[in-house]
This record gives sequence, structure tokens and C-alpha cells, in this order.
Amino acid sequence: MEDLYREVIIDHYKNPQYRGKLEPHDISFEDDNPLCGDHIRIDLRIDKDGRINEARFDGQGCAISQASADLLTESIIGKPLEEIKSLNKQDILDLLGIDLGPVRLKCALLSLKVLKAGVYGLGEASDDLVE
Amino acid sequence: MTALDVKKIRADFPILEREVHPGVPLVYLDSTATSQKPVSVIKALDSFNRRHNANIHRGIHVLAEEATSMYENSREKISRFINAPSARQIIFTRNTTESINLVAYSWARANLNTGDLVILTEMEHHSNLIPWHMLSSERGIRLEFIPVDETGSLDMQTYEKLLKLDPRLVAFSHMSNVMGTINPAEEIIRKAHAAGAITLLDGAQSVPHLPVDVQTLDVDFLAFSAHKMLGPTGIGALYGKLELLEKMPPFMGGGDMIKTVHLRSFVPNSLPHKFEAGTPAISEAIGFGSAVDYLEGIGMNQVEAHEHEMIHYALERLEEIPGVRVYGPKAEQKGAVAAFTLDEIHPHDVSQILDRYGLAVRAGHHCAQPLHEKLGIQATTRASFYIYNSFDEIDKLVDGIYHVKKMFA
Repeated sequence: MEDLYREVIIDHYKNPQYRGKLEPHDISFEDDNPLCGDHIRIDLRIDKDGRINEARFDGQGCAISQASADLLTESIIGKPLEEIKSLNKQDILDLLGIDLGPVRLKCALLSLKVLKAGVYGLGEASDDLVE
Repeated sequence: MTALDVKKIRADFPILEREVHPGVPLVYLDSTATSQKPVSVIKALDSFNRRHNANIHRGIHVLAEEATSMYENSREKISRFINAPSARQIIFTRNTTESINLVAYSWARANLNTGDLVILTEMEHHSNLIPWHMLSSERGIRLEFIPVDETGSLDMQTYEKLLKLDPRLVAFSHMSNVMGTINPAEEIIRKAHAAGAITLLDGAQSVPHLPVDVQTLDVDFLAFSAHKMLGPTGIGALYGKLELLEKMPPFMGGGDMIKTVHLRSFVPNSLPHKFEAGTPAISEAIGFGSAVDYLEGIGMNQVEAHEHEMIHYALERLEEIPGVRVYGPKAEQKGAVAAFTLDEIHPHDVSQILDRYGLAVRAGHHCAQPLHEKLGIQATTRASFYIYNSFDEIDKLVDGIYHVKKMFA
């Protein structure tokens, strides 16, 4: 609990490095966490080898959701799309460096849900994507 | 000096003794979501399950008779608590939501058709919104909303205009679960009746906190839940005027709601059983009666007076914190609910950090998303107070908020 608002999280929340939109983009997806109204959009540009060469997130919400989106966006640049499909809950928790209860986990995982729904080209983001 | 001996009351609520983190006692400020239970309610549930458990209304054995009389006795208590003319007018449901749905499925589907107008308000909990949305898409009924003004009160002038559109039903919240606004129910009901409409009052927040008298209000339907008034979850009630309930078709079909059944037909049971299909939440209904006993032991006027003192002090303390904005009317016109925003900090972060100090508050849109849209905010942090809360706990809340500010500074 004491670690929940670690400096790194507050820092990424207040000074996100990857906040913004990409126009044009190859993939864009957005979704909400109805529980607290967090909103995340992620835009990706993909190179000819199927790697993410640019990524940005946009949205609003709690510190956990926004910091997690910034950290995730940072971590995926340069990665092949295929690799994104295997990301899961633990990867996000590792990025944040904290453990979360079931309620706040939804905040933390929203960005990954959005990212994977976009990469898979799905109509909507389901919780199954991040289990 | 407060209206209640809070220290004595707290001793009746075992959960208030616990620590939520090592060395950090619970400061429970979330009674608007659900209230805590006194030992007497916990014992009523336990004693029923240990000594009297049986199904009601059918068995002839001792346990069945005891269970039936305890269940019906609880209905009598609830009936007296809201001054209903008879206990037959108290229908046990699961909660306020089910009570409202009962009216929407039974009364409204028998009485409303395409184009008929239902008036709601902009401050409704989703439970008094979605059943009408559903009826609107199914039946084409029209919905109009009494607006909320900048003080967090209902715009009564617009209400008068809406009444000229020939409404059939006015369904509204007695007390806002976000802003704490206590709506002028008597006036709203009187004017609705004058316009030829019937009324449904969502009493989820008012019945636990104020004296509510259905005959003084002259309300047609009143919905409320046990768990917000010291009782168990899974049990609530609908009060209705006799002439309306008598004419309404059954809501759900099944055992106990029938008088006679043939292979191809049935005759519904009399009130209140007509609306209570299947085995109900028996021990919970008995616990509900016990919760009413507890509140009556204190006196609802005392409950109201205590909460009034609490919200006065809470607003005074909260408003002195830079960056805090409390929503809703002045203390005089509201119940003990303070929904606020703190700078630009997300309410989920606020409540998570408050939790470290043992403070249990609620964050989000509190099932009133349209109201938050109207207020132009995404979410709020909500602290709410009940008979077991003290001034000291408000001070702890204020200290906690300063900790949050420091962390995000």
C-alpha cells in the first residue's frame, strides 16, 4: 500500500512522456473504465516489419490509469505487434512496480486492454484480453 | 453538544472496533453506500438461523409458525415506521431498485402507453432512471427531467411547466445520494396530484436518515432498502396506496403469490403476497425489523438532528481546505452527504490515499452519472455520515485530505 503512490507513478502521472495523439496512425483504439470513468486512447504507427515505431496515449483518469498508460506506451515502442499479444496483467504490475487490489487493477489494466483490442482489431475491449 | 451519544452508539457496532491496516482504526464514512449493522441486527439474523429457520406461510409445524410470525411481525414494524395505513401495503423486495422496478413492471406496464409522460429529475440514482429508459424503449413513453440548478436544488419553476404537459407519473429521489439535497417532497407530490399524476418517491437515502411519513407526504409509492438503515442486504420494501396496489397485476409469478392454481390458470393472492413470489429473504426481513427497532430506539428526529450537526461541521471544515469543492446545497437543505472534488486529483486517488488513514469514503459517479455530467465533472469523492459518526472523524477526514494534497503537490 505504501508503494502505491511511489514517486515513479506520481511522476509519470504528472509529467507523462508519451501523452498525445498520432495523426496519421495505423492503429487507434479507445475505451473507458466505467467504474471510475478513466478513459484511454492509444495510437500506434507500425513499420513495414510489423514493429511499433511510434506510440502515444491520451485520456484522463486517476494517477494509476494514466501512469500505467505512459509506462506501457514507453515500453512498447520498437516491439513487434506479435509481442503485444502476449502482454498480460503481470507485465503491467512489473512496469508499475506495485501490487494492486481488484478495484484499482482495472484502472491499471485499462491501457493494456485498449492496446490489445487495437492490435487485435477488435470491436470492443474485453477483460479477457488482460487476464 | 450533540443530539446523540455517539460513543454509546458506537459500542453497538462491532465493525467500528476493527483496524483496517495495522494500527489504523476504521473511520467509516460510506453509509450512503451501505450502513453498518448493530449487534441487535446481527443477533436477530443469527438467532433466526439458530432457532427458528423454516419456510414461511405454508408449514404447520412450530418452526414454520414462528418464522411466519417473525416475518410478518417485521412487516408490521416497517409499516409503523413509515406510518403506512396497513402492513398489507408493505411489499418486501430485494432493495430500492427492485421496488422501483416493481412499479415500472406492474403499475406502469398496466397503465402507461406510447406518448405518456413520466417526469424524473436530473439528480436520480440510476435505479430510478434505467427502469424508465427501458420502459421508454419498450413502450415509447416520454421522459422529462426536472433540472438541477446551480445550488444543487430542483428547479421548481421548470417543474411547474412540465406539469402542464399532462404527466402520468412523477418519480423522484427524496434525498440525493451525491449532493445530499433534500427535495421538497410534499410540494412535489401535491403539485403532481393536482396535475393528475401519481408519484413514486425513492426513499433509499431519506428513510434511513429522516422521519418519513407516507400519509403526511400523501405519496403513492415509496421505495427503500434495509441495508442503508442498519439492516441486512438483500431486503427492501415498497409501500403503495391500497387502491393502486389492489389493481396492479402481479410482478413475478411463482409460489406464495397465488391463491389458487390450475394447470392453465391461476388466481393471484391478496396483498401483500401477490407481489412476493417465491421464498423471500426471510432472515433478512426479520433483520430489517430489528434495524427499525434500533432506529426507533434512538428516534428519527434525533437521527436527523445529529446528522444535521455533522454536515454543518463537515462543510465548515471541508470548505476551509484550499482546492476542495463540495457539491450541493447549503447544510440547511441537505442530508449528511458531502461529495467533493480536490484540485485536479482524481477521486480514486483521493480515496485510495484516504484509505491509508483508515478513512472509508466512496469515489466515482455514485450511480448518478447524468448528475455528474450536469455538474461538469467526471467523478467525486463522497463522505457520508450516520448515527455512529463523530466530529472527531470529520477532523480525521480533513487531516487525510491534507495528506492527499501533500502527496500530489
